[in-house]
Amino acid sequence: MSIYRTHILVPIDEGTVQAGVFEVKRTLEREIRERGLEGEVRVLETGTVGIVGKGVLLAVYPDRIYYSGMRPSDVALLVEEHLLKGRVPSSLKHAPLDLQDGAKVLHRTGLTLPQKRVVLDKAWKVAPDDMREVLASGGYAGLERIVADRMTPEAVIDEVKKSGLRGRGGAGFPTGLKWELTRNSPGGRKYIICNADEGEPGTFKDRLILEGDPHRIVEAMTIAGYAMGATKGYVYIRGEYALSIERMQKAIDQAREYGLLGPDVLEHGFAFDLEIKKGAGAYICGDETALLESLEGKRGNPRIKPPYPVAHGLWQEPTSVNNVETLANVPGIIARGAGWFRTMGTEKSSGTKVFTILGHVEHPGLVEVEMGTPLRELVFSYGGGVSGGRKFKAALLGGASGVFLPEGLLDVRMDFESLKENKAVLGSGAVLVMDEDASIVDMLFSILKFFAHESCGRCAPCRIGTRQLLNLAWKLRRGKGRETDLDTMLRLAELMCGTALCPLGQSVIMPVRSAIEYFRGEFEACVKKTTEEARV
Amino acid sequence: MKLEELRAIREKSEKEMALRDGKSRIRVVVGMGTSGIAAGARETLKALLDEVAKRELRDVVVSQAGERGLSSHEPVVSVFEEGKPTVVYGSVSAELARRIVAEHLVNGNPVSGSVIEINS
Ligand SMILES: Cc1cc2nc3c(=O)[nH]c(=O)nc-3n(C[C@H](O)[C@H](O)[C@H](O)COP(=O)(O)O)c2cc1C
Repeated sequence: MSIYRTHILVPIDEGTVQAGVFEVKRTLEREIRERGLEGEVRVLETGTVGIVGKGVLLAVYPDRIYYSGMRPSDVALLVEEHLLKGRVPSSLKHAPLDLQDGAKVLHRTGLTLPQKRVVLDKAWKVAPDDMREVLASGGYAGLERIVADRMTPEAVIDEVKKSGLRGRGGAGFPTGLKWELTRNSPGGRKYIICNADEGEPGTFKDRLILEGDPHRIVEAMTIAGYAMGATKGYVYIRGEYALSIERMQKAIDQAREYGLLGPDVLEHGFAFDLEIKKGAGAYICGDETALLESLEGKRGNPRIKPPYPVAHGLWQEPTSVNNVETLANVPGIIARGAGWFRTMGTEKSSGTKVFTILGHVEHPGLVEVEMGTPLRELVFSYGGGVSGGRKFKAALLGGASGVFLPEGLLDVRMDFESLKENKAVLGSGAVLVMDEDASIVDMLFSILKFFAHESCGRCAPCRIGTRQLLNLAWKLRRGKGRETDLDTMLRLAELMCGTALCPLGQSVIMPVRSAIEYFRGEFEACVKKTTEEARV
Repeated sequence: MKLEELRAIREKSEKEMALRDGKSRIRVVVGMGTSGIAAGARETLKALLDEVAKRELRDVVVSQAGERGLSSHEPVVSVFEEGKPTVVYGSVSAELARRIVAEHLVNGNPVSGSVIEINS
């Protein structure tokens, strides 16, 4: 098609149709034919070009000139002068077409700055349901290596251990160790479970992996099954994730068809199959023990630990529960080796981490960067800074069970160790930014409302504690608080941390303590308002 | 399926894709995740397919993938071209999709106002 020296675009929209564009186009085509230019000049219809009220338009490329107000009687002149003689007839209304100015980026977003895409590298490039594209882009290369190199299950676990991979679901437990414990626990059947409940507010990383690259999870779970001696895996996906469920199911079906799942995977003498279970969207069901209950068909109440799932998990059999993002790292580690994985991130937090940046930022969205990237970079480079040019007040890291960090801690590095040093957590990777006008008291109130709603009610500390905390925060917000309330809140949250049955009640302390510690003034202002009002 | 078969299929797919890339000058990928679809990516995809078919652009492949995380810029369309930087468009309406075909794919002039990334 590049043999055409000139293209004439004919924008078709309401305005140009009314002005008689089709007649102009027919005349143009006739003129071109009559002058023997059909082989050189091509006429193309396009949609609107955004120029309105100027009658019929003709845009000439590559000259980047557009003519407006064209009538059929003008066409002969245009063809004669412009197309044959190469000069623009001044009697015709024309202007340079500056709608497109080479490849210039006008709406730059920080989200497209260079990233280290590993688990989400293919998700936006490769058709997730086209097996040819999946294989051609390196899908199942990890599984292939296991079979080709005759890697033993122990060797697979060893590779994962050496990579330093740690859980991306919140707690950061070493994945290789979890697999080893599961493998070494006595039991009839063993299970690998992918935790795709993704209930942490502001988090949607797992959804992007499942929607964009579901075969990566199928491969990872097959590798995990082989390593641990599990023949069955479950993908526990929250029910709202309709597209994730659909794409995952398709991937499972395709893998079965290709013999990558089934009674004899790659005819290598091991059986493995996958099944999807839908969750009903309760926050607590993201906790691995509540998830197991839910999988068994019971109410999603958490179990008392120990025993841990690696010894007594699904149906009391040894079970490894792993987060989607954690698993998504596995195929690369096996295919490219632990050494490659360790080149990314920090010594104790190797690899990349996916973050969702939201709240008061210019460019909310998702990035995948190396572990150890400073928080400041996430907020100000990728997120484009605080929206509307306002000042930064705080970032809530890790969702509801997360920690508020003030401006003074913007340089903290986002990896397990650095955050721990600052009494913070990586959590789910959600980074919620709050500007100077946002109220920490309001935010904490809404978090406590979330906890009171999501508490399963099984143990008293959490059932009563979340309610009491909510009441205290409500009083503060309504200007009915007392000075002692702040300490009561802290004491209560600490008490819950020590006595609640499961990590839900235990982690309420995280947002409560950080909010009051770093933003005490804001809480005290609420109390002051109360005392002043009382005096009046 | 045996290892050898997997390898054979992979190799064949790679060749096919390369062949496809050889035959096809341009690969246009629409982000079809939940956010993309909610923002109208299905209409965008339809417009691209329709416009490419109408113009009989045999060297252009329109494909779909998951999303990239550019939330507020959905629907996102990426144009991959051999030997050229990848151009990523944001907020691609059906109308803009048609313009991308006309101006970028046909004439090689990216539609500037809507480009959010150029990636070599
Ligand atoms: C209340 C609560 C909610 C949780 N929600 C999730 C979740 O949505 N997704 C997840 O992967 N882990 C969640 N977890 C952590 C899991 O219990 C578990 O640690 C994790 O799935 C282990 O996987 P990993 O080792 O790959 O991180 C949650 C924990 C708690 C206490």
